[in-house]
Amino acid sequence: MNKLSWFNVVSLTLGFAFLYIPMIILIIFSFNESKLVTVWAGFSTKWYGELMQNEAFLNAAWVTVKVAVFSSTIATVLGTMAAYVLVRGGRFLGRTLFSGMIYAPLVMPEVITGLSLLLLFIGIGLDRGVLTIVLAHTTFSMCYVSVVVSSRLVTFDRSLEEAALDLGCSAAEAFRLVTLPIIAPAVISGWLLAFTLSLDDLVIASFTSGPSATTLPIKIFSAVRLGVSPEINALSTLMIAVVTVGVITASLVSKRATLRQKQDEQAAAREA
Amino acid sequence: MRRFVLIAVPYVWLLALFLVPFVIVFKISLSDAAIARPPYLPQFDWVSGFGAFLADLDFENFIFLTEDNLYWKAYLSSAKIALISTFCTLLVGYPIAYAMARAPDEWRATLMMLVILPFWTSFLIRVYAWMGILSNEGFLNQFLLWTGIISTPLTILNTNTAVYIGIVYTYLPFMILPIYAALERLDGSLIEAAEDLGCSRLLAFWLVTIPLSRPGIIAGSFLVFIPVLGEFVIPSLLGGSGTLMIGKVLWEEFFSNRDWPVASAVAVILLLILVIPIVLFQRNQQKQAEAEE
Repeated sequence: MNKLSWFNVVSLTLGFAFLYIPMIILIIFSFNESKLVTVWAGFSTKWYGELMQNEAFLNAAWVTVKVAVFSSTIATVLGTMAAYVLVRGGRFLGRTLFSGMIYAPLVMPEVITGLSLLLLFIGIGLDRGVLTIVLAHTTFSMCYVSVVVSSRLVTFDRSLEEAALDLGCSAAEAFRLVTLPIIAPAVISGWLLAFTLSLDDLVIASFTSGPSATTLPIKIFSAVRLGVSPEINALSTLMIAVVTVGVITASLVSKRATLRQKQDEQAAAREA
Repeated sequence: MRRFVLIAVPYVWLLALFLVPFVIVFKISLSDAAIARPPYLPQFDWVSGFGAFLADLDFENFIFLTEDNLYWKAYLSSAKIALISTFCTLLVGYPIAYAMARAPDEWRATLMMLVILPFWTSFLIRVYAWMGILSNEGFLNQFLLWTGIISTPLTILNTNTAVYIGIVYTYLPFMILPIYAALERLDGSLIEAAEDLGCSRLLAFWLVTIPLSRPGIIAGSFLVFIPVLGEFVIPSLLGGSGTLMIGKVLWEEFFSNRDWPVASAVAVILLLILVIPIVLFQRNQQKQAEAEE
């Protein structure tokens, strides 16, 4: 059924226009000379210059990147472990509770997650700062990582691992030499997902951050509440650019990896 | 031993940072507000034990919620906004997913990418982008005035209409992807068979395509409905003073009024309300998984 009717073409065009025009407008007006964000007054990059001089934003950006790197890395390790346990762990005491705790944060409203973590940190007397945001972000993003990784593990041919074990690998070696390379694309996309979730999070970070650590979304939110500003447009444009480049690179890399894997498999099959 | 460590590490992490916090929320929802740091009186005292806890137990924060109209209205209006916006997202998303599934194979990867890309971009920025479009002197009003459709600017920003637009915009990928996944698997010969047997194209669509894409429609609707119910960013940036949503109420109760016990009680009830759609969603996913096997 590979024939597009005029109706299909119209819905695709309108749909993608709806998805992209708001962002395109935002990008165009970040280069606007005027402070009035809805009136075009000539091309200028002065808002980017002002942004680079705004120390509060730069500090917040640094905190955000730090939090994202730490939390997504820990979350990837924990999430991969959790995925392995869910797919390969067999039966163990409290398995239902475990899988419930993996899936529940995916649908939990952020206000509830944030509130509950804040009450925990206060209850145990932990000062709010970078550490508490990292702990909070790790907790919800490890669940996303484990969903992504377990979907790859489910389709993974287990006999490959068994073959490695038969050929004298220890369980750890079999994991490192066979399993990990095969699930690597899923692990990497899990890390990327965790990283962007952390960069993006406003609500949970607001609850779990203290005066010593402000993240970029918190800063943007408090600025945006007062209205639209060309400086925020410039900042948004930079963030959109980073994400776009990142996503396109990641998809190209993973496409090439799958292609190579297929070629390897075919070559192996020919030799056999 | 290795297996034990593998299970124990993520398990303990989730217990400590996911389950225990909920128990604390529940506990504080039963305690009394106080002017102190932290601003509530402990309800459970390990020394006096469980008996004293039971003797002192009252549900005054919950009773307070039922007595104050604000909370009822906020829960109901969140549910209403979530329901209407889920339906709007479905109406907008279905034709896009349908067209994607009918597109030539070599386009599909690119179309997928175009749907997913906004999802990776900051949620906050995507909501913010609409503030400049919907304001009184914004781009939409400029455009409509220019074309002569309207003669005075429409007030859209800070109304519920803006909230609906924001929700449909930000949650659209969640609706498109599951529907696309269901439609992509659809066997085209079924529709041909229906048409051969005398169905019009519209009737074949209604009788064959829609029922077969139902799992995708259901999954997408839940993926939009559940998070929208507790949404905070969209109502606080695009909505006005008349936009009542429970996520916003909880935020204000906590940060502005500093009434932690009431905020906790609001969270507990929201959680109880959410259990129903979450269980239904899980069932739908399970049924689908079984059907595939």
